[in-house]
Amino acid sequence: MDRRILTAIVAGGIALAVLPWIGLPAFYESFLYLLFHWIILAVSWNILSGYTGYFSFGHGAFFGAGIYGAAYMAGTLGWPFLASLPVAALVAVALGLALGAVVFRVASVRGELFALLTLAITFVIATIILNTRIDGGPGIYMMGVDIPKLGPNQASSIYMMGLILAVISLLVAYMIYVSRFGAGLFAIHDDEDVAEVMGVPTYRFKLYALAVSCALAGLAGGVHSVFVSYITVSEVFSITVPLSVVLMSILGGSRHWFGPAVGAVAITCLLYFFTSGDGAVLGRAIFGGILVVVILFMPNGILGLFSLLKRMKRKPATEHVVPHAAPAPEKAAKIGAPILRVRGLSKSFKGLKALNDVTLEVREGEILGLIGPNGSGKSTFINVVSGHYRNDGGSIEFMGRELSGQEAHFFAQAGIARTYQIPRPFVNKTVLENIAMAGMFGAAALSREAAMHEAHEFADFAGLGDRKDALPDDLNLHQRKFLELARALAARPKLLMLDEVLSGLTPSEINGAIDMVRRIRAQGTTIIFVEHVMRAVMALTDRIVVLNHGVLIAEGLPAEVMSAPEVKTAYLGKAHA
Amino acid sequence: MTLPSLNLLAQSILSGIFLGGMYGLIGLGLGLSWGLLRQINLAHFGYVFLSGYLCYQMTQYWGMDPLLALLILPPIFFGIGVVQQWALARFRITPFNSLLVTFGLTVMIESLIQWIWTADFRKMQTHYNELKFSVGGIFVPIPELFTLLLAVGLAFAIWAAMRFTDLGKAMRAMAEDAPIAAAFGINERGLSLLLSGLCVALAAVAGICFAVIFTLTPTQIFSWVGVVFAAVMLGGLGSALGPLVAGIIIGVSEAIAMVLFAPSWAPIVSFSLLIMMLLFRPGRA
Repeated sequence: MDRRILTAIVAGGIALAVLPWIGLPAFYESFLYLLFHWIILAVSWNILSGYTGYFSFGHGAFFGAGIYGAAYMAGTLGWPFLASLPVAALVAVALGLALGAVVFRVASVRGELFALLTLAITFVIATIILNTRIDGGPGIYMMGVDIPKLGPNQASSIYMMGLILAVISLLVAYMIYVSRFGAGLFAIHDDEDVAEVMGVPTYRFKLYALAVSCALAGLAGGVHSVFVSYITVSEVFSITVPLSVVLMSILGGSRHWFGPAVGAVAITCLLYFFTSGDGAVLGRAIFGGILVVVILFMPNGILGLFSLLKRMKRKPATEHVVPHAAPAPEKAAKIGAPILRVRGLSKSFKGLKALNDVTLEVREGEILGLIGPNGSGKSTFINVVSGHYRNDGGSIEFMGRELSGQEAHFFAQAGIARTYQIPRPFVNKTVLENIAMAGMFGAAALSREAAMHEAHEFADFAGLGDRKDALPDDLNLHQRKFLELARALAARPKLLMLDEVLSGLTPSEINGAIDMVRRIRAQGTTIIFVEHVMRAVMALTDRIVVLNHGVLIAEGLPAEVMSAPEVKTAYLGKAHA
Repeated sequence: MTLPSLNLLAQSILSGIFLGGMYGLIGLGLGLSWGLLRQINLAHFGYVFLSGYLCYQMTQYWGMDPLLALLILPPIFFGIGVVQQWALARFRITPFNSLLVTFGLTVMIESLIQWIWTADFRKMQTHYNELKFSVGGIFVPIPELFTLLLAVGLAFAIWAAMRFTDLGKAMRAMAEDAPIAAAFGINERGLSLLLSGLCVALAAVAGICFAVIFTLTPTQIFSWVGVVFAAVMLGGLGSALGPLVAGIIIGVSEAIAMVLFAPSWAPIVSFSLLIMMLLFRPGRA
C-alpha cells in the first residue's frame, strides 16, 4: 500500500472541504456535490463489477434502497437524519446479500445473465416500493428533515456529506485494490474456476465485494435523498443510475481503482456542458456519440490506455536480488506414510462413469505416475482431487482430513496444488502476479507483499526470470507451461498434481523438465504425475497406477506395471492371433 | 381483491395475448442477433421507434397507407443493419461492449427523434384504428389481430428457414462455433451482415405495427427494454418461436395481474418470471 496515495486522497478531500467556508457560490457547490455523488456511485459499482467482472445493472436498486431507507426513516417516521444514514446502508447491504447469496451460488449466472438479472431485480424492487406504504404513490417529501450542520448552510452541509463519502469511497476502493482480497477479486475476473482451485474463496469474496459496494451505494442514496428533497419511484429507479455508473467506469477504466472517478468527472462535466441550455437534444446525441467512439477505440478506458503506455515504456525486467534457488542435491527419496487416501472414488457425467470406484494411496515423498489411454479418467481424477469437481461417491482423505464435499479452495488451503494440461493463467496479471496468487491463497497463505517477494524465486526456478513483467499472452507455449508449474509450486503444496506438463515440449525441454521435477521432489513435495511421455514416466516415478475407462486396472512398480497384460490390452487392444 | 366478471377477464386475457404478440415481434430480431451474432443490440429498440415515427410521418403527412410503409421501410432498415454489423465486426467487439455501443446509438436515435418530431405524444390516425369485430361480447381490434398474425407468421417462417434451408443451417453452425464453421466453407462475414440486416428489418416491421397500435413518444424507448428482454431470455436466445411464446405468456400474466390486483403491479410479473427462470433453469439462455 502506498501511503502517498492515501495522503493524496485525504489532502484533496481537506482542500475541497475548505471551499464552502470561503464563500463558494451555491451553484458550484451543487455542481461539485453532483460530481461527488457520481464518484461514489461509480467507484462503489466498480468494487464488485470492475474488479470481479460481474457487471451489475442493479446498482440503481441498491442506491434506491438507500434513498428509500433514509427517506422512510427521516421523512416519514421523523428519525434524525444521521441515524437514518446507517439504516440506508444496512437496507442496501441486506438487499445485496440476499441477492448475492442466491445468485452467486448458480455457477452459470455470469456475464450478460448476471447483468440482466440485476436489472430485473431493479424493476421488481421499484414495483414493490411503488405499491406499498414505503412510497404510497405520490412520493416522499424531505423538506422538513434536519441535517447535521457541517457547513455554513443547508446546501453546503449536503456538499460536505457528499465530499466525506467520496473520500471514504476512494480510500476503500484503493485499499481493496492493493490488498490480498483485491488480488482475489481480480483473479475471479480472469478465471473464476482456476481462482477457486487455487484457494480463493470465490463465493465469499464476491459476497464481501457486493456488500461493500452496496453499503457505499446505500449511503450515497441516503445523502442524495436530502439533496433532491422530493423522492419518486420513477426518478430513483430510472435506467439513468445503472447505465451512468457502467459508462463512467468503462470510460475511466474499470480495471483501475481510480478509473471510475475519472469517468464520473468526465461524464458529469460532458453532460452538464452539452445538455444545459438550448442544445439539450443535440447534447444528448453528442453524449451517445462519444460513448460509441470511446467503446470502439478505447475498450479499456482512459486509465487502461495509460497503463498500456506504461507497459510499453517499461524496460526489460531489472534483475531482482533474490538468489537463485540452489539446485537441491540428488538424494534418495524417502517414502513415508500415506498422505492421500482415496477410497471408492466415483464421478459420473450424465451416466458416463469417468471414475468408477477408484481406490489408491499416495505416500509422502513419492512420485506416483498416473497413466492410461485418452479418456481413461486421469484428468477427472485430478479435477476431483483438486476439488474442481465434486465426487459422487467415495472419500478423499488428505493428511488425515476428509476433503470430499468441501469447496475447492479448501483443497488448496489444505496443501494440494495442480497444473492444467492446457495452461490457464490469469490473463490480465503479469507472470509475477500469477505466481504470487498461489502464494497468497494456497497452503502458504502469505501476505500480498510476501507472496510477491517469493514469486521472484519461483519465477527464476521455472526459468521465467526475464519474463516476470510479461503478460501470459506474450509467452510462448513452453513458457506458459512453466508458468503453470511455477504457480503450482508457489503454493508450497504438500501434494502436487502435474497434468501432462511435458506435452508439446521438445526432447531437450523435456530433459530440463524432468530434472526440475526431481528437484521439486527433493524438497519434500509429493507428486502425482500424469503423463503420456513414457520416457519421463519411467525415469521419474516410484510407482505407477493405470486407469482405463475410469477403473483402476493395475498398480505397482513401473517395470512390473508396464508388462502387465491388462495394461498392454488397454493401450494396444486384445491380441487375437 | 374482487373477482372480475368473466367477460372482463376474457377481454383482458385477449388483450394480454395481443400485447404478448407485440413483445414477441420486437423480441424476435433482438433474440436472433443475441443468440446467433452474440450481440446485445439495444439499438433494436431505437430502430423500432424510428420506424414507428417514419411510418407516422408517411401516413400523416404524405398520405400513405401503413401497409405501404410495411413494404418500404424494412428494406431500408435492412441496409442500416448491414452497416451496423459491418462497423461492429470491424472493431471485433465483445458481447458486453456491444451492449454499451448500441446504448450510445439508442441515445443518438432518441435525440434524433426528439429533434425531428419533438417530445410530444404522437398518435397515428388511420382508418385501421376503428376496425374491430365482436365475438360473443368480446371485442377484437383488427390492427392488434394483424400484428399477432404477423408475429406468428414471421416467427414460423424464420423457424422453418433456420431448420430446413442451407442458409439457416449455416447460420446455426456459425453461432455454435464461428471459426470451425468458417473452416467448413461458411462465409461468416456475409452471413453476419445478412443476419444483422434481417434483425433490423424485423425491428422496422415491429415499429410499424407499434405506431398503428400505440401512442409514440421518444422517452418510451427505454420502458420497453426490460419486458422485451424478459421475453427473449425466457424464450431462449437465438430461438425464433421462443420469444413469441414467452411474450404471450408474459402478456397474459400481466393482464391477469392487472385485473386481479392493480395495473401498477404488472411489471413484477414478467421480471419475477425472468428471475425464476435464470435461477432455476440458467442453462436455458
